[in-house]
Order: sequence, then C-alpha cells, then structure tokens
Amino acid sequence: MRKRYLFLNILLLLIFVASSCRKDVEVFINEDTSLDTSTQNGFLGFYLLNEGNMGSNKSTLDYFDYTTGKYKRNIYAAVNPTVPKELGDVGNDIAIYGNRLYAVINASNKVEVMDAITAKRIGQIEIPNCRYIKFDKGFAYITSYAGPIQINPNYTQKGYVAKVDTTTLSIVDKCIVGFQPDGLEITNGKIYVANSGGYMGAGNTAKYERTVSVIDVATFKEDKRIDVAYNLDHIIADKRGDLWVTSRGDYKQLPSRLYFIDNAAQKVTDTIPIAVSNYYLDGDSLYIYSTEWSYITYSNVVTYAIVDTRTHKVVSRSFITDGTDKEIEIPYGIMVHPVTKNIYVTDAGNYVTPGMLYCFTKAGKKKWSVRTGDIPAHFVLLPKS
Amino acid sequence: MAFICPKLYGQKAYRNSAHIDTAGVKTLRGVTVSGTGYKEVIPTQKLAGESLKSLNSFSVADAIRYFAGVQVKDYGGVGGLKTVDMRSLGTNHMGVFYDGIQLGNAQNGQIDLGKFSMDNIESISIYNGQKSEIFQPAKDYGSSGTIYLRSRKPVFDSLKTTNFKGVFKTGSFDLINPSILLEKKLTDNINYSFSSEYIKSSGRYPFRYKRIFHDSKAIAWDTTAIRQNGDINALRLESGLYGTLKEGLWNVKAYYYGSERGIPGAIVNNVWKRSQRQWDRNFFLQGSLQKNVVKGYDIQVNAKYANDYMRYLNPDTTLMYIDNNFHQQEWYGSIANKYSLSKKIDINLSTDFQYNTLNSNLDGFVFPKRFTSLVALAGAAEFGKLKMQGSVLGTFVNERVTRGNTSTGDSAVAAPSKNEVTPAFFLSYKPFTKLDFNIRAFYKNIFRMPTFNDLYYTDIGNISLQPEFTYQYDLGFAYRKSFTGSMFSEWHLQTDFYYNQVTNKIVAVPKGSGMYRWMMMNIGDVEIRGIEIVSDFVFTFPQEILLNFRTAYTYQAAQDYTTRKSTELQKTTYGGQIPYISWNSGSFISSIQYKSWRLNYSFIYVGNRYQNSANIPENYEQPWYTSDLSATRNFQFKRYRCRISGELNNVFNQDYEVVLNYPMPKRNFKIILAVEL
Repeated sequence: MRKRYLFLNILLLLIFVASSCRKDVEVFINEDTSLDTSTQNGFLGFYLLNEGNMGSNKSTLDYFDYTTGKYKRNIYAAVNPTVPKELGDVGNDIAIYGNRLYAVINASNKVEVMDAITAKRIGQIEIPNCRYIKFDKGFAYITSYAGPIQINPNYTQKGYVAKVDTTTLSIVDKCIVGFQPDGLEITNGKIYVANSGGYMGAGNTAKYERTVSVIDVATFKEDKRIDVAYNLDHIIADKRGDLWVTSRGDYKQLPSRLYFIDNAAQKVTDTIPIAVSNYYLDGDSLYIYSTEWSYITYSNVVTYAIVDTRTHKVVSRSFITDGTDKEIEIPYGIMVHPVTKNIYVTDAGNYVTPGMLYCFTKAGKKKWSVRTGDIPAHFVLLPKS
Repeated sequence: MAFICPKLYGQKAYRNSAHIDTAGVKTLRGVTVSGTGYKEVIPTQKLAGESLKSLNSFSVADAIRYFAGVQVKDYGGVGGLKTVDMRSLGTNHMGVFYDGIQLGNAQNGQIDLGKFSMDNIESISIYNGQKSEIFQPAKDYGSSGTIYLRSRKPVFDSLKTTNFKGVFKTGSFDLINPSILLEKKLTDNINYSFSSEYIKSSGRYPFRYKRIFHDSKAIAWDTTAIRQNGDINALRLESGLYGTLKEGLWNVKAYYYGSERGIPGAIVNNVWKRSQRQWDRNFFLQGSLQKNVVKGYDIQVNAKYANDYMRYLNPDTTLMYIDNNFHQQEWYGSIANKYSLSKKIDINLSTDFQYNTLNSNLDGFVFPKRFTSLVALAGAAEFGKLKMQGSVLGTFVNERVTRGNTSTGDSAVAAPSKNEVTPAFFLSYKPFTKLDFNIRAFYKNIFRMPTFNDLYYTDIGNISLQPEFTYQYDLGFAYRKSFTGSMFSEWHLQTDFYYNQVTNKIVAVPKGSGMYRWMMMNIGDVEIRGIEIVSDFVFTFPQEILLNFRTAYTYQAAQDYTTRKSTELQKTTYGGQIPYISWNSGSFISSIQYKSWRLNYSFIYVGNRYQNSANIPENYEQPWYTSDLSATRNFQFKRYRCRISGELNNVFNQDYEVVLNYPMPKRNFKIILAVEL
C-alpha cells in the first residue's frame, strides 16, 4: 500500500521528465506571410534589419518580396544555416552596393557581407563598435566609435571612419574623426561624418561633441569640422548636395533639431524647428518621425512630418492620415518607395519582444502590417539589376 | 541517531500543537528551533543538517533550486550572478534574511545568492508570504516571500570549550576554497565564533552550442569553447558572540565579504570573450536581543549597520569606458513586543526604522537618502483545531536627495513620500484529531518599493514611480504519517494551490527623443496560477541503513496581462508566459546512509520556457535537467573527526542555458575534505 505511493510518485516524475525531454535545437526556418499581390515597381524587394536587444544576439533579417507580395521573416539562419550564432547582436545599418548586401552588426563588431539577391554569406569585415556604412568608387566607408587609445589620463577616445576595399573586404585605411561618429554621407568628393559624442556627458552637456567632420575622399584626411549642435545622429545630402543633419539634443533642456548645412558655404545656415528621430529622403521630401519624451505626460510624443528640402518648410505634420499612428508604440525605422511612394514605418514596441512593420499608401492610409523581429529598424531596397 | 529526525527534510511537523507561551528560547532568531511548537500556519520548506550538507551546492542559490515554487536565474559559473524568484513574483519581492536580519540592497533590490557559500550555512528556510511567527521585526512582514539563511551557531558537547573545523574544497574551474571555523566557550553564558573562507577560481569551463537541420537532423553547426572572464577571488570573514541571559538571549555578529570577479557576459556572434569586472565589498554589524520581561510579555531588539561598496569597470576600449562605483549604507533598528493575552492569543507590535543612502561617481546621479519606518501589528490565535494569524503592516517612506553629480541647471528632486498599509491573513485547520493533516489558507497584500536605480538612475530613473503590489491567495494542505516498526518509516506530503497577482509592475519602457533609450514605468500586470507539491519519504532498513527521498514539483502559469498601445503588438504578448518561468519544474533528492557512508543523488528539471512574453519559436528556451551525485564518508583519525566527499555535477554532461546566451558548465566535479577537532 504505502510503497505504491512512492512508486506512483517516482513514476509520475519520470513520466513528466520523459514527456518533455529536450531535443537538439533546429536552425530557424523563415516564416512567410502573404501581404500583397505581385507588383512591378523597379525593385525586387527590400530587406529589413531588426536590431535585437543588446546581449540577445537577436539581430535578424527580414525580406519583403515585391514579385510575390510575400514577407519572409528571419531569413538569415535559413539561408546560412551553418553560421554559428547566426547574424549577431544589434544590427545598426544595412546597405546594398553592387551585388552585395552589407549589414553593420554593432555589438558583434563586424560588417556582415552577403549576396544581395540571396542573402548568402560571403564574409565579414571586422570593425569594433561599427555604426553606419556608405560607399563610393569601390570602397566602403564605415564609422566606428573605437578609435585608437593614447596613454594620457585626460584623453577621450575619438572614433574613426574605416575605408574598406569591397573586392577584398579588407580595411585599407582609417581616418580619425570626432567623438562617437554615427551617420555619414558622401557627396562632391567629401565624406561628411556626424559626430555624436554619445558616450559623453550624461551629466554635463558642455562636454558634448557638436561637429560634423569633413573628409576629403581623395586624400582620406579630415579637412575640417563644421560646428552644428550637440549629439548629432543622421546626415543626408539632398539633390543639390546640401546636407541635412539631425541632433538628438541633450535629452534635457536642448531639444532634438534638424540642421541645414549649405554645401557652398560649408556651414549651418538654417535650423528647422522640428525634432527628428529618423528620416528618409525621397526626391525633395524629407519624411521625418520624431519621438520626444514628455516629462509632463510621462509618455512619448510622436510626430510624422514632411519637410520640403527646397523651401525648408514643414509641409505636413501627419503623413499617417488614417489614425494608425495612434497604434504605433515607438516608431523606429522609415522608408519611402521611390516609385510607388508607399511609406514604410516600423514599430519597435517595447524593444524586447517583436515589433511591427506598417505599409502606408502615398496618402497615408494603411495598406498592411506584419510582425517583424525585435526592434525592426533599418531598410534597404533591392534594385532590379 | 540524530539524523533519523524527520526534520532533516524539515517540513515542520504539526504534531505538537501545544500552545507555547513566552517561548523565548525556542523562538529566538539565531537559535535552532528544536521543538515543533511553532504555530506553523504558513507554507514553508526547509533544508538543513546532513541533507543540506550533502547536496552538491556551491552557493545558497544552488541549494534553493530544490525547493518547490522557486526559480533561480543563474548566469553560470562560480562567480556568475544568481538571483531567486518565488512563485514568479519577481526577484525584488523576495526578502533574504541572514541570521535573522534582512540583507538589503536599496540600489537595485537584488540579492546575489551566489555570493553566499554553503560553507557556514546550517539551514535554509523559505516561506510564502511571511514566517509563521508573529514575534518578529516589522521588516519580516514586508516581503511577498522570504528566505531565511542561518549560519552555524556554536554548540558545545559537555566538556569541550573549543571547536575547530577546517575544510578544503577543490575541483573543476581551478577551484581553491579553504575555510576555517573556530568556536570558543568564553563563559558559561557567552560563546564566540569566528569563520573565514577564501574562494579562488578561474571560472573557466567548456561549453557547447549546436544546431541541427530541420529536415535531415544533420549537424548545421557545433561549437565548443571555453567560458572566459568568469574568474573570482573572494574572502569572507564572519565573527559573532552568542550569549544567554536570564530568560533571554542575545547575539552580535560582524560580517565581511570582499570579492573581485570577471563578468563573463553574453555569448553572441563574433564575441566570445568579455573584459568587464566587478568589485564588491560588503560589511555589516548586527545584533539581536530577546528577553522575557514579565510573564506574558517578551521583547526583541534588533539593530544593524551595513556598508556596501560596488565598483564596475568596463576596460574594453572598443566600448564606452565605464568605471563606476556605488556606495550604500544602511542603519536599521527594530523593537518587537509580544504580549500573550491568554494562553490562546498572542499579539505583537513591532516598530522598525531604517535609513538608506546611496552615493556614486555616476555622471548626473543624485544622491538619494531614504528614511523608512515600519509598524506591524500582528495577532495569533488558536481555537482548538483552528489556528489563525493576522497582521497589518504600515510602511512610511520619505526620501531626500542631494545634488550629487548633477550639473547645474539640472533638476534634483526626490520622489514623493509613500504611505502604505498592507494586510496579511493566515489560517490553518486540523480537521481530524488522530490524523496529522492540516488545511491552510492565506491572503497577503504587500508591495515592493521602487529601488534607488528605478527612481534616480541617470536618465532612466523615474521619481514618480509607485510601489509594485502583489496579491497572494493560497490554499493547501499538509499531511504527515510515521510508521513505527515499519521499514517505510515516514511519509510527508504538502500541496498548495495559489493565485498571485502583480500590479503596477515596474518595467523599463522605450523612451523617445533618441534611439534605444529607456524609462522606468509602472505598467506591468501579471497573474500567476500555480500548484506546488512536496513529498518526503523516509525508509529505515536494518543494519543502520537509512533511505530518504524528497520530490518537489511546481506547475505555474505566469501570464503577462500588460495592456499595450498597439493592439497588434498586444496580441504577441498578452497572456504570454512571462520570461524564464517554466510551466513545469521539479526536483528529486535521494540519499542513502549506511554507517559512516552517505550517497546522494539529486535531480533538477526545469521545463521549456520563453525568453520573453512573446511566446514564439524565436524566444523558445529548451528544458534542462541535471543529475548530481555525491559520496561522503565520515571517519575518525586519532582525535580528529574527518569527512571526505566527492561530488559530480551535471553527470550526463548536458549543455544548457538558464538565461539566453549564458551557457552553463558541462560535467564538473568537486572534492571536499573536512577536519573537525
């Protein structure tokens, strides 16, 4: 009688252990979602790089296929099943140059190089703390926070731009710039680098970096600095070669702003009174979203705006017109299709669980939405070759 | 033989229901309660004595894994962070008490139980709600669940006046771990104890990651590497005086822990080694006095001063250079008064005062100071088959800040003061006079204060945070039966069903005006439904063979009911199992004792979990289960009592992770040699 209890107990334990044993972990297989009909718009599709929360190693790659209207979530491991620990930790930028796809994986200290059409891995470029990438005449230029160290107690570490030969994937030169360089742009034979100073002065604004470095492409030397504002982030050149730079502000008194650098004058000649978290330039329209933390309501105040780069005027303060903006928790990535003018906006949600990708028509009406990876952030269009 | 005592597996017996009044000696914190006269109306689990010693555990965290309803978050290795969570309420809701007084961490509310080695620990008890003892400081009423760690107290055989014990442990991870204990009888009424331990380990161990193809099941990739930067170097010193008075007891104790360790960090693509380091220095001095003043009236006084220093260094020049230090101090005093109204009714009034400060060299950090006063009024009553306990705790918190490292122009504002009154009610009913069968139920409402980091940490802190509340409902029973003259000598079973709710949960949420920034907010909502079953079996065979089994099983559905702005995103997380809580988990301990030999086998199972409340395949975390073996032999060598043990952990060499990207050690071993005089 009594022994029966014991055996029953042990048996139960064994059953539940055996029934829920571990199996070897399988490589992820991407999930496909049909969202749209097949469309011809000059592009095969676009990639969306999900950053993934730091330390989670969950940077993933999604692909939207215009030829089938299908969204393929998390394709990297499926295409490259033999790569240990998959794509990596915190994807920070993505770009296509020639027939190759480059993904800058910040906390994995590398730029992943893949085939643009298949996303098959070709190799990687080792750059510690890499941030953004741009290309010019066969070379890739990548910003990094991890400049050289000097034995000097008062020395603060500067960042650099790495020059990489895209045929050999090797670093051929480095150019030291300002503190914690982020976005960069190449126009008229110059590389413009937005130095953020992101590691500096959470307590003291006075020490923040506030310049754009100008590097001559031919000599790969820093020509000069253009004083802009604290904590710079993105930089982009319009058709006329003038530059649009964003400042994050100091998160306290100084708000985020959009600055205009006149190419001829090589200095800031205008400030647009709008906060910018991220933007996308389509023709002469700069599509902007901004998230500003309000200490009054203890919530994020989000604006979706368009700035005309010719007139420098804010022509719209709500390019999402159907009320979907109220659904978006924290916008994180933006792209505008050059042909269809469809607007793509991502929602990073709570940063630790999956986000969403929204597609809006030119008129700002929602076409479709789809679940993405964690922190969907960076887009690149795949042109028809 | 002492170990025949069923208390080995320590589910406290209900046998003796006699009401003990003025039980000063028996209930004093710090004294091993040898009787069973507790008005034990609260679910409790305890590991003590031989069974605790023979568990293969390096730290308190390893031993706690064997309790039902407890989840340990283990980042791996000897020096890795190990935090405990009870019934999925969250680490910050746990109160950890060391020799009767709570270990505090006003900065982040986390107690790293990996820092407490098993060397000098004599018993570990856990309580859901609070301890079944109304004669205690107000702080003991202030957590959703409590862990009591009790270090060894000097006890002397008739003629001895000195005890000495030396232990040496070595094994995997290049472990060198010597410790000594000295106990002295100073006078008839005063004993002295000194204990010290040193731990050095490289923290190096091989780990393996592997993936297979979905269709062919062939290996896609398979990588083995050595865990780096998990080294530790730690010294513990502990000294105490233990005295008796006329109808009273007192003790004073000093504790020091100093360590330097590497923080091994997450293993991610292309980064298999990290270089961050941490230094800790914890010191406290605490004292306790308990005395029967007049018949029916007892008083208990506790006091503590703690001084904690932590330094974090990131020397990796490819990342942001960080060299931060945090310095905390705590002053604490408590007076508890117990008055017996009658033989059946006791009441207790406790008042505690606590003052906490935190200074740091962190940029932009204000220096917070917190003044907490707690008042607890509790009553215990016993009416034949029915026992009851009720308590009301009032918590009054005031904070101030000094400018600290804020730059001029920035605001430095303290969080508003908080006043909360929270109740708890416990009930136990013994329906049959002849059967040792008890039904119990409890309700408790309590909260945790936002930590200093939640409120003030540069940029992410939010001074308008409210406390995070928990509501616990429990219904359970305990049954014990002993069989005299039978080989199956004892059986014990306890089962609890519970429903918990966490509201106002403090969660980091994304904050605008820049990429990837956070803000602490009271937005979370969690509901937990669970079952716990614990069962013990004791067999006594002829020829001094003693066989023990203990099984524990936990089922938990801990669901995230946080509402979100986006209905689309809410679909992915609403109702999802919260991070790292498995639905099924269990443990099994068995030991067989024959004369001076003891063999121990223990098994732990943690079922599948998800890394976050979006329960999708990408966030799936495998179940893991490990088997540990140990063999111990006690023998006499001249005047010395010796003990030699060998431990083998993770016998089947499982590659597992408790936390994503923090691989755990494969098979490892330890050898222990102890000499007592």
